[in-house]
Amino acid sequence: MAETKFTVNGEARSVDMDPTTPLLWVLREQLKLTGTKFGCGIAQCGACTIHLDGIPVRSCSTPLAAAEGAALTTIEGVAAEDGSRHPVQDAWVEHQVPQCGYCQSGQIMSAVALLRDTPNPTDADIDAAMSGNICRCGAYGRIRQAIKTAASA
Amino acid sequence: MGKWTRRGFIAAGLVGGGVLAVGVGIREGHRAPKLAAMMTEEGETLVNVWVKLAPDNTITAIVPHSEMGQGVFTSMAQMLADEMDADWQTVSFEQAPAHEAYANYPLGRDYILGDTKVPGFVQDTLNGGFLRIAQSMGLQITGGSTAVRFTGMGGMRIAGAAAREMIVKAAAKTWDVPARELRTENSYVHHDASGQSVPYASFAERAATYKPPTQPKLKTPDQYTLMGTSVPRFDIPAKTDGTAEFGIDVDLPGMKYAAVIGPPVLGAETVSIDDTYARDMPGVIKVMDQGHFVAVVAEGFWLAENAVRQLDVTWSQTGAEKLNQADVFNLLRTAMDEVGDKGEEDIAVGNVRRATESAARVYEAEYSVPFLAHAAMEPINATAWVREDKIDLWSGLQNPLAVRDEIAGATGVKKANVTVHNVFLGGGFGRRSNPDYPLMAVEIAKAFDHPVKMIWSREQDTQQDWYRPASVSRFKAGLDETGMPVSWDNLFTQKHDPPEASHIPYKIDNQLIHYAHVDHHVRFGPWRSVDHTQHGFFIESFIDELADQAGMDGYAYRRKLVDHAPRYLTVLDAAAKAAGWGRDVPEGHGLGIALVDSFGTVVAQVVEVDVTGPEPKVVHVWCAADPGYAMNPDGFIAQIESGIIYGLTAALYGDITIEDGAVVQSNFHDYPMLRMNEAPDISVEITNSGAKVGGGGEPGTPPIAPALANAVFAATGIRVRSQPIANFKQGLT
Repeated sequence: MAETKFTVNGEARSVDMDPTTPLLWVLREQLKLTGTKFGCGIAQCGACTIHLDGIPVRSCSTPLAAAEGAALTTIEGVAAEDGSRHPVQDAWVEHQVPQCGYCQSGQIMSAVALLRDTPNPTDADIDAAMSGNICRCGAYGRIRQAIKTAASA
Repeated sequence: MGKWTRRGFIAAGLVGGGVLAVGVGIREGHRAPKLAAMMTEEGETLVNVWVKLAPDNTITAIVPHSEMGQGVFTSMAQMLADEMDADWQTVSFEQAPAHEAYANYPLGRDYILGDTKVPGFVQDTLNGGFLRIAQSMGLQITGGSTAVRFTGMGGMRIAGAAAREMIVKAAAKTWDVPARELRTENSYVHHDASGQSVPYASFAERAATYKPPTQPKLKTPDQYTLMGTSVPRFDIPAKTDGTAEFGIDVDLPGMKYAAVIGPPVLGAETVSIDDTYARDMPGVIKVMDQGHFVAVVAEGFWLAENAVRQLDVTWSQTGAEKLNQADVFNLLRTAMDEVGDKGEEDIAVGNVRRATESAARVYEAEYSVPFLAHAAMEPINATAWVREDKIDLWSGLQNPLAVRDEIAGATGVKKANVTVHNVFLGGGFGRRSNPDYPLMAVEIAKAFDHPVKMIWSREQDTQQDWYRPASVSRFKAGLDETGMPVSWDNLFTQKHDPPEASHIPYKIDNQLIHYAHVDHHVRFGPWRSVDHTQHGFFIESFIDELADQAGMDGYAYRRKLVDHAPRYLTVLDAAAKAAGWGRDVPEGHGLGIALVDSFGTVVAQVVEVDVTGPEPKVVHVWCAADPGYAMNPDGFIAQIESGIIYGLTAALYGDITIEDGAVVQSNFHDYPMLRMNEAPDISVEITNSGAKVGGGGEPGTPPIAPALANAVFAATGIRVRSQPIANFKQGLT
């Protein structure tokens, strides 16, 4: 056990856990931030995507130790401080993207990171940034359109 | 005494402080007789839907279906609100609780044979008291694309229309004017002559004194205001900000976590468990030998899963551990050889033997498909809390009521003391209609006085599934001089549901469709579109072969064979036209077409494939679909898009294989899914024919595999008769 300090969605947090614990389970079970989802456990599906110092990472395969001193953002922290939706979330509603919705936290985290770095992504940019996120309901076409809408927002 | 009418049974009354409640009981024919039998003795099920009109003029639909991404909450409420002329902005939806009165025929019958007042069981629900305890739905299976077709058409619309009629009658009486002078809009009754406009709720008390109409007048399509429009889904905002609660998100005080391992060879039992290392691992509370599986309960799921992976379990020998993938197909083919031309009969029309013997020539081919897992994004999980003679279960379930009965049956706890809390499903696709996992969670939790959340690893989810069966299909067609079929002889293996899945849309005078069934240990589960998924591929590929034999293209050949059926012609023409059928395509590209009628919806798809790369890439899918009438067109299109991607994933990559009796694949690295960079553009055109309303969740899936295989043939001349199609260049299919 060791104490690990970091921020989540701007809030200072400290946990005393095995530093090899994947961040996914720290977030979900310790910090009760269940918007980040478990899908595969081996960084194959992207359902657990969060931002670590702004970089999208697969929290199922990122140990707690990597969060020491870092700023984490999860789906719960994507909206503006006044609670209004992020343009990506707006676009997701506009295009009626989610079906079962389970993968969408991860999809949105990947899309937010993409648009921050590449404000006007091409289809190839979208492929590169989003192909790590599986959607079994097959909402890919709507995700692509929503990203383009958010880019022009 | 109430009695059944053609449209169901309607009850109404006043509950909880001026709330008008109108309920409709409908009989639903179900496609899964085994599941239906678990719930009813008469083999007949009853769906109860309710609408409540509150004193603040808000309207709530209470409907027994699960939300797994198909937008069912929204489409059901839409149908209700339209018939009721309700203000859409004040309409909401609740899931009915898992109370047997919502589904169980014998109990429902008591209510039917009683009077037309609101029965006691439903009052708590309508008052909201019960829902706070059991945020669960009650009934029936969500599957088989039934929600809009049965519950919506037979329940929601009638409840809405009946409520409206009763309110209008009450308004007419109150104002002493003829009902025909009143009009209703946005939850208000208007009397234009006198300029009066009053909210529905003002008339609730008087309306409740009337006997409900037995056959309320339903709108015709030209009168629809909400049906046929793409109102946004209720459940979407919560699915963009992390607040939507899935089974895996349930959090209870004192809850612990369980990881499990099941027998690699399905059906085996534990012989011994060496937990020397696992039991002392950090956070481990208990290692549990349940015979048919082993569980580790720990302080966190990751700790539990780590410990499970350190267990050394010896499983019993069942005989199935000798079975390999090739053996499965040998079993199937041997069974087919044995039945010969006398398989279990599905359809026999005309005289196939004579027609085949006298045909100008005979053409034969054999097709096969492998096992498939469901791979819903949310791994299987359930949370149980077992207290003295009281069980609570939280999970995403396609069939919560049956689960409740199963739990009661397995534990001896009274049904009334078993509460099933249904939450959002992170994908269902048929997998979550099986009660195996909630029962396992209850078994584990019985050993504790606190709740236990059981989560399966992705590996368990893949290897302990209930699979789309591996199947083989053999065709023999007699052809006339022009290449048109005069006889259709189809012998296939493994028949489940729906019964008509092997039937063909084509006009062929002599047909024999028959099957052989092989029982083996790789257990069957319904997989999106069930038997249609394989028969769509078999039939629509073989008909394409016949077209080629006749020297015709697949579109023209099909057209000739469906010229008796306007719905089929319309969708075929629409898909072909959208795709520019017959146009020149780039080098290495090909167009393929397929037509499947499933779950009441007719779907034609055209695929453009590019075979210039190492694996075929689907560039575009043009789809035309006739659901009779699409209640929520955008929602319907989303379902069709989803069905296409789900089917395309399976067609290209889906391959669960058996080695030494066990499933080989374990996670997304070896059971790959279609991803963003491989997803085709999809165009969907709805051709509302006005036919009886069909389903949306499943019919998009069956045509995509044959449309792809036919496109590969057009591009390469290679006929793909097995899946996965991604392997066709290696000759592995």
